[in-house]
Amino acid sequence: MRFSIYRYNPDVDEKPRMQDYDIALEPTDRMLLDALVRIKAHDDSLAFRRSCREGVCGSDGMNINGRNGLACVTKLAELRDPVVIRPLPGLPVIRDLIVDMSQFFKQYQSVKPYVINNDPPPEKERTQSPADREELDGLYECILCACCSTSCPSFWWNPDKFVGPAGLLQAYRFIADTRDQATNERLDNLEDPYRLFRCHTIMNCVEVCPKGLNPTRAIGKIKELLVKRTV
Amino acid sequence: MQLPVRSFDAVIVGGGGSGLRTALELSQAELKVAVLSKVFPTRSHTVAAQGGVAASLGNVEEDNWHWHMYDTVKGSDYLGDQDAIEFMCRKANEVVYELEHFGMPFDRLPDGKIYQRPFGGQTRNYGERMVPRSCAAADRTGHAMLHTLYQANLKAHTQFFIEWMALELVRGADGTVLGVTALEMETGEVMMLQAKATVLATGGAGRIYAASTNAFINTGDGLGMAARAGIPLEDMEFWQFHPTGVAGAGVLITEGVRGEGGYLLNKDGERFMERYAPNAKDLASRDVVSRAMATEIKEGRGAGKEADSILLKLDHLGEEVINKRLPGIREIARKFANVDPVKDPIPVVPTCHYQMGGIPTNYNGQVVVPKDGDAETVVEGLYAVGECACVSVHGANRLGTNSLLDLLVFGKAAGEQVIRDLNEDGRLHKSLPKDADALTLQRLARLDGQKNGERVSDVGAEMRRIMQLHCGVFRFPELLAEGVRKLKEVAGRAGRTEIKDKSKTFNTARVEALELDNLIETAVASLVSAEARKESRGSHDRADCPERDDEKWLKHTLWYKDGDRLEYKPVHRKPLSVEPFEPKARVY
Repeated sequence: MRFSIYRYNPDVDEKPRMQDYDIALEPTDRMLLDALVRIKAHDDSLAFRRSCREGVCGSDGMNINGRNGLACVTKLAELRDPVVIRPLPGLPVIRDLIVDMSQFFKQYQSVKPYVINNDPPPEKERTQSPADREELDGLYECILCACCSTSCPSFWWNPDKFVGPAGLLQAYRFIADTRDQATNERLDNLEDPYRLFRCHTIMNCVEVCPKGLNPTRAIGKIKELLVKRTV
Repeated sequence: MQLPVRSFDAVIVGGGGSGLRTALELSQAELKVAVLSKVFPTRSHTVAAQGGVAASLGNVEEDNWHWHMYDTVKGSDYLGDQDAIEFMCRKANEVVYELEHFGMPFDRLPDGKIYQRPFGGQTRNYGERMVPRSCAAADRTGHAMLHTLYQANLKAHTQFFIEWMALELVRGADGTVLGVTALEMETGEVMMLQAKATVLATGGAGRIYAASTNAFINTGDGLGMAARAGIPLEDMEFWQFHPTGVAGAGVLITEGVRGEGGYLLNKDGERFMERYAPNAKDLASRDVVSRAMATEIKEGRGAGKEADSILLKLDHLGEEVINKRLPGIREIARKFANVDPVKDPIPVVPTCHYQMGGIPTNYNGQVVVPKDGDAETVVEGLYAVGECACVSVHGANRLGTNSLLDLLVFGKAAGEQVIRDLNEDGRLHKSLPKDADALTLQRLARLDGQKNGERVSDVGAEMRRIMQLHCGVFRFPELLAEGVRKLKEVAGRAGRTEIKDKSKTFNTARVEALELDNLIETAVASLVSAEARKESRGSHDRADCPERDDEKWLKHTLWYKDGDRLEYKPVHRKPLSVEPFEPKARVY
């Protein structure tokens, strides 16, 4: 199988290039990550991030045949040959498939992704009904792989101002949590022409999310709350 | 010393559950803390934990810490230290409630309390029957916990050094630990991080085996650093083989599947655990279930074309329960086993999962070593928590859901101990020895200068093959001895690894070569300790000594890198406040 991979090492390369690798796969190579590990055994200069290899840690987000995804849960058998692999678009490349995610994490952190509750904690758990807890399903499962935000044109143009789908999904995760008391503060933090309203419901985020989450819906709910608040 | 120096009150090596829990304690106390992590913290392996965290909350049925303690002592095959086990089980409710207050999205019961499910070896009334003790967020408890702890650290303004790999511990002339050297991956720069307290939270080293549920990053870095700094490794022969790794892929399928009512079948469709553990059946402890599965396969009752796997059946739970309680499992089974568990069973095999041994500590997270006749002298300035530590609460076999509990309880306890140590003696930075960076620079120079060397991937693959073949679920004296010989040869080759890529920017080849050194220390410690222990206990099962031998072997192993030698130390059989649980035959 042929893999055409984006290469750039600032120590030695003047500019990025694509490098082709033709490799014989073993029957045990099922996922794209298996192929990348095999390529690296032959060319140790190829750099990419990886950890859990089962789609829960979010390390190996990359652009695979034009679409963002996780290498470890992308089946080789379902890929068009040659496979063209590039780093996640829109973020600065550090080296090869490794991008600088600072801007992405900065936006995540800007939504205060933690429960704010100023009441003294009870002796036991804060109770929450199963129905209220269900509101968090589809939100808390985000693995911060950045596949969504780096597929979003609005994030490409304004990564410093638009929170992006991943950050907004988490913003809503805490708004939706009945244990959180900071809904108003959170809405204030997002009521801005850029932070929230740069989302134009293009829905690339929904299309690529490897966990099947729906940031667009969460963004819609935040917008609804803002509307409700003003009337 | 050539390296630039930065100074902190505390340096925590590792940003997984235990490291984050310690960091939170220290940041809230407004100490100057640096958390080093090879990966962005939420990519740490805690994220892969599925089934839950143990605590006798009693939300579903009556429960208490005495029963939990008994189960844990029995689960450990009596090798666990009973003072530490009592400490952990008594603290469990407190740390789980705290986690809930931080925002952990636990599943809920109809009355709004935290949802609890049964798990292997967790019983009521000293083994009477299973009790729901595992507090769960669907089958993503580790993910939910790791993100919650990271988020709590954001709130507490913890300082992170992300994609930094610690290389060596630095010790003063009197043995005090003074910090670590570390490599910043993005720039390739190496630095000395000086600390009044150094906390190792580097996780396990399950990547020493060919088939493992562990992440690529689980390379035993803390163990390698400790071993090279003269600190022994405890009970390294005890490796947990999780009964249900996806056959061929190694990916974990939680015991929570069986906690929710799933069970194992051999090729004849027989629910064989009824024969091996008539009472607990599929929820016997993991060592027992893994051995039963390996026996079924060995005796020709394995399923699949090669008759080399066991079937995990859960379709009878119904699609609704599976989607609600085990959604991640359905996703994994579809992707890695090509089956939809709503219709078909998942082929599984026992797979290396957890390291019971590690860096010896007491229950305050302080690293302890034998010195001048005292088996447990505190190493000043050094602490270890989580899977890299051996407290020992897991002994010869860990119970499911006790690992997430371990990292909360001892992550917090170590943080409290650091605060006491720094406040009470007003500890100041000690001056660094002239040769503080010598070993670090020597290792890096050796690697960069190596000619005609070995490929890192080849040496690693050989090590994993040896561990898999010679130190698995069943162990045989000749295979163990031969394994030790082969592994030492491989260790020699690991000293001659060569990387082609010598560049500085994010050189993952260099990182993998440095990781291999740590894996090799761990593998040698494990195989040498296993070869020496002439009994069967917990996860260590020897064909030539099939029985547990409390008279000779109710003791902890200590392996020293220097001289490749073993020592032993007594098990703490006296709990803190209750009567000891005396060793007896272990039946489930």
